[in-house]
Amino acid sequence: MSSHLWHAAVVAMAIATPAICETAPKDVDYAEGAVEASLTGVPGNPEEGVRVMTTNALGNCVACHQIGALPDVEFPGTIAPPLDGAADRWTEAQLRGIVANAKMTFEGTFMPAFYKGEGFVRPGDGFTGKAGTEPLAPILNAQQIEDVVAFLVTLKE
Amino acid sequence: MPRFTKTKGTLAATALGLALAGAAFAEPAEDELVIETDDGPVEIATRTTPPAFLADTFDEIYSGWLFRDDTTRDMERDDFDNPAMVFVDRGLDAWNAAMGSNGESCASCHQGPETMAGLRAALPRVDETSGKLMILEDYVNACVTERMGLEKWGTTSEDMKDMLSLISLQSRGMAVNVAIDGPAAHFWEQGREIYYTRYGQLEMSCANCHEDNYGNMIRADHLSQGQVNGFPTYRLKDAGMVTAQQRFVGCVRDTRAETFKAGSDEFKALELYVASRGNGLSVEGVSVRH
Ligand code: HEC
Ligand code: HEC
Repeated sequence: MSSHLWHAAVVAMAIATPAICETAPKDVDYAEGAVEASLTGVPGNPEEGVRVMTTNALGNCVACHQIGALPDVEFPGTIAPPLDGAADRWTEAQLRGIVANAKMTFEGTFMPAFYKGEGFVRPGDGFTGKAGTEPLAPILNAQQIEDVVAFLVTLKE
Repeated sequence: MPRFTKTKGTLAATALGLALAGAAFAEPAEDELVIETDDGPVEIATRTTPPAFLADTFDEIYSGWLFRDDTTRDMERDDFDNPAMVFVDRGLDAWNAAMGSNGESCASCHQGPETMAGLRAALPRVDETSGKLMILEDYVNACVTERMGLEKWGTTSEDMKDMLSLISLQSRGMAVNVAIDGPAAHFWEQGREIYYTRYGQLEMSCANCHEDNYGNMIRADHLSQGQVNGFPTYRLKDAGMVTAQQRFVGCVRDTRAETFKAGSDEFKALELYVASRGNGLSVEGVSVRH
């Protein structure tokens, strides 16, 4: 691709991206796993957070975690610690870091990084089994991360 | 501040699974498999001591059969109820059919399918003459192309899966006994490497699910040890036969990764490694899973 075309492509992408002030996955600043600043500057919506956490094609957190506050979820997984009281154990910044990339808090954890676009082994194109091109779109977008965090901070016991 | 290590997290989750869902969910079923066949009952070892290289990893190894629900388990107890037997019958028809370019059939060289007894239990293995790692599909295709003059069968084609079903059944009840030393050693190492690699955007390895978390629920799925002693299997969800190679494709795809192809060198090495993790379990011939 000529450098001219390449510039044109970058500009086109920037225009297509809805929230201009979003922090891109590679620019997220982790301090001992925690992420202080909101990824979007727009307050998260906890109800939307619940939808993200319980929808298979989105966060599907309930594949692994049980959540007492969401008793209607059918067949939550038993792989990970229950999230009840998460907000007593972690600050908002720590929760944002755990959701964005849990590997920064728990080394080698089984929990996937939901806001990460590159550095994968054989990255795929979604669930097609075909090759994907890095950076991949993160599993959740920046506002979805904020929505999930907005719900998690309500989980006090 | 609690920082769950992997082991602690897993233990906590297991304890929780026990508390909430009852032992039946968290643990493999307390059950035994004796299959009623035309030739009388066949006993299947669905749990046994692990092979030496897994002695520090597992107390016991389990067939995936023990992780399925009562209804699914029951379908495998009697050949009459086992939907996979239809495919075995189709395989038998193909075995006897004069399909070669000069009218050869499998039977014209090998007599009855029972001459294949023991083969499935020992595969994958390194072929002595060629030095190649062979899965059952490769042996079938060697006959189809070199001895019958036909086009190669697709690795996951219906013809291939019918034949795999028939041949695997001949080893039913025999202990899986795959060689991992000598000429197999470097293929086995390659397979192990793949088993522990965290692929795709979800960064998950086979071991993350089937070694660290077997017995746990990942949403509605009860994770087994991911053994292949039961393959090919009739999968209720697909209403058809699934081979080990196909299952690998599915599991890797689920990690949002670029999969290897069924029949690729990588997945053949992986099948050798995974099969060896089940050394000592019985070949189920054709099993039923959901
Ligand atoms: C594939 C499994 C898996 C999925 C999916 C998953 N997690 Fe986790 N999560 C874990 C594990 C395992 C831990 C424990 C950390 C460790 O020890 O590795 C954990 C830990 C956590 C913690 C800290 C636990 C506590 O309460 O102290 C939070 C918060 C959390 N996850 C939130 C989420 C959210 C939100 C999602 C979805 C957007 C999610 N997880 C999806 C496996 C998962
Ligand atoms: C995200 C979790 C996950 C990962 C990673 C994963 N699997 Fe699985 N696998 C499953 C689930 C869920 C099932 C269906 C329930 C069961 O048998 O465990 C399954 C089933 C299987 C089975 C069928 C077992 C039977 O008796 O029916 C095999 C074999 C298997 N997996 C092998 C593998 C291999 C090899 C890998 C790595 C290349 C792998 N899996 C990676 C989740 C996973």
